[in-house]
Amino acid sequence: MDSIRSKLEDKGIDQAYRRNKVKSIGFLIFLTGLLVSTILLSLCSGAYDTPIGELVRGIFGLSSDRRIDLVVQNIRLPRICTAILAGGGLGLAGCILQAVLRNPLASASTLGVSQGATFGAAFAIVVLGMGGTTGFGIPSCAFLGSIAVALVILGLSRSRQVSPEGIVLAGVAISSMFTGATTLIQYFADEVELSALVFWTFGDLGSTGWEDLGGMAIVVAVLSGYCVFHRWDYNALLSGEETAISLGIDVKRLILTNMLLCCLTSSVIVSNVGLVSFIGLVAPHIVRMVVGNDHVYLIPGSILGGATLLLLGDLFARTVISPVILPIGAITSFLGGPLFLYLLFKGGKRG
Amino acid sequence: MMQIRNLCYHYKGCPEVLKDVSFDIEPGKFLAILGNNGAGKSTLLKCFDHILRPDSGEVILDGENLLTMSHRDVAKRVAFVSQSVPDTQMTVHDVVMLGRRPYMQWSFTEKDHGIVHDAMDRLGIDGMRGRFLSQLSGGEKQKVMLARALAQQPKALLLDEPTSALDIQNQYQVLRMVRDICHDDRMVAVVVIHDLNLALRFCDRFLLMKEGQVYGCGDHSILDGPALKEIYGVDARIVEIEDRRMVLVEE
Repeated sequence: MDSIRSKLEDKGIDQAYRRNKVKSIGFLIFLTGLLVSTILLSLCSGAYDTPIGELVRGIFGLSSDRRIDLVVQNIRLPRICTAILAGGGLGLAGCILQAVLRNPLASASTLGVSQGATFGAAFAIVVLGMGGTTGFGIPSCAFLGSIAVALVILGLSRSRQVSPEGIVLAGVAISSMFTGATTLIQYFADEVELSALVFWTFGDLGSTGWEDLGGMAIVVAVLSGYCVFHRWDYNALLSGEETAISLGIDVKRLILTNMLLCCLTSSVIVSNVGLVSFIGLVAPHIVRMVVGNDHVYLIPGSILGGATLLLLGDLFARTVISPVILPIGAITSFLGGPLFLYLLFKGGKRG
Repeated sequence: MMQIRNLCYHYKGCPEVLKDVSFDIEPGKFLAILGNNGAGKSTLLKCFDHILRPDSGEVILDGENLLTMSHRDVAKRVAFVSQSVPDTQMTVHDVVMLGRRPYMQWSFTEKDHGIVHDAMDRLGIDGMRGRFLSQLSGGEKQKVMLARALAQQPKALLLDEPTSALDIQNQYQVLRMVRDICHDDRMVAVVVIHDLNLALRFCDRFLLMKEGQVYGCGDHSILDGPALKEIYGVDARIVEIEDRRMVLVEE
């Protein structure tokens, strides 16, 4: 009798455990579905009113109208791919930074990497006079700016005296420093430079072509591969640094490598699409609320969530007062802010 | 057999915390490290497991020097249960699964799952594997940590004040489990503990530390009035009641 009962209990326990896993996997499938439908919606919205079947065929250059092929392949698809890569990359970088710095506030924008990029862009536009130019000038300077911040943060994280929590505080200080420096540059800029700079900080998903996408795709793919391979290391790190070391993890090297990869990814993304904040902060938190802290699910979830959020933001920006395209950076901050406040207060109650 | 030879350690900018510490522990023996706060007990424990890097000395386990091994190789031989228990949103099963991390290549195998299952079974926490760690009581969490350590299949088990946050029932349960594991598997088990009565009840060997040095090492006979006076600075004696040894501290 007892053994039957214990077997029944065993089954109940297994079910509770399995239900947990099913919920996590189900949420990932839901996110994938959401992403796919957002992609289709994004494909549909635009100046050309075309049936969706034609558009999907247009991806492969098989639609009945050559113009549809061109619009899809050269305008809508690069935009969608940019949003997916940038959103996914920022979401993943946020998730990993939060894990290795053990601080829920860590992300590219809160560590100052994005602000460093803005400063680089401002420097390029105002001081180097690249405002009217297209090409690699401004993105390269933005990249240098964010890498400079990334190096400072990396330097701090190597130091024994600065705790992971302290790094986030340092990031706040660094970002306000760079924001101040950018404001100073703006103060000395003329009107044309100022408008070029303001336009850059708006963030733009439409200016990237296939050739820019390659670089982004490579860094996001490298980061994703590395993170998926080390997924259990982040789980171990959640139990504290000492425990992680006792489980055979070289914690110092793990933190350093991850900071390097995340800063690199964020700076490549920000230098290509401009200042897009909050995605890296919000996406991992949303996923964490459903799947918990298991990085086996949290990593793919953050990629999917970030991509979906940025694509949704872009869709909103393009359609809300069409044909005007609102700046994506402003939209993500505007919509991400209230979402973050909601999470913050909900988290406060739980803590 | 675990042999500690001439271990020295100092924290950056501080005087030496461990001064030339040497002693041996035989397998199947449960050793308690005793001493005042700041005597270097936890530091010593962390030096065995790469958490801290000793300035000099050797930690030899079955003929291999742990200090020259990689983190992963050490984790296959030594398991550590830290003083603080995390409060994460992870299921008990996944937390115990972390113990297989040193053996993991690309993902966990059937064998890993079997070992994790056995470890949870042995500590009687199989019934909780679907629950989140944050939902458990202190005693249950400590058992999860022990199961994770067992899943590492270690030759030595290190525990840093495992009972300090537990009620009396769980203190006895947890230490009894550790002692049984240590005796049954002929494992080296080392615990840093403040409660002398618990140590006397469960441990086979005692290492007395004072100001970073070994004051004495041996079975319960080394714990006498003068030794207690020396390491704790209190007047105390060991009394025997119904074959149990207890510490009586004078006011």
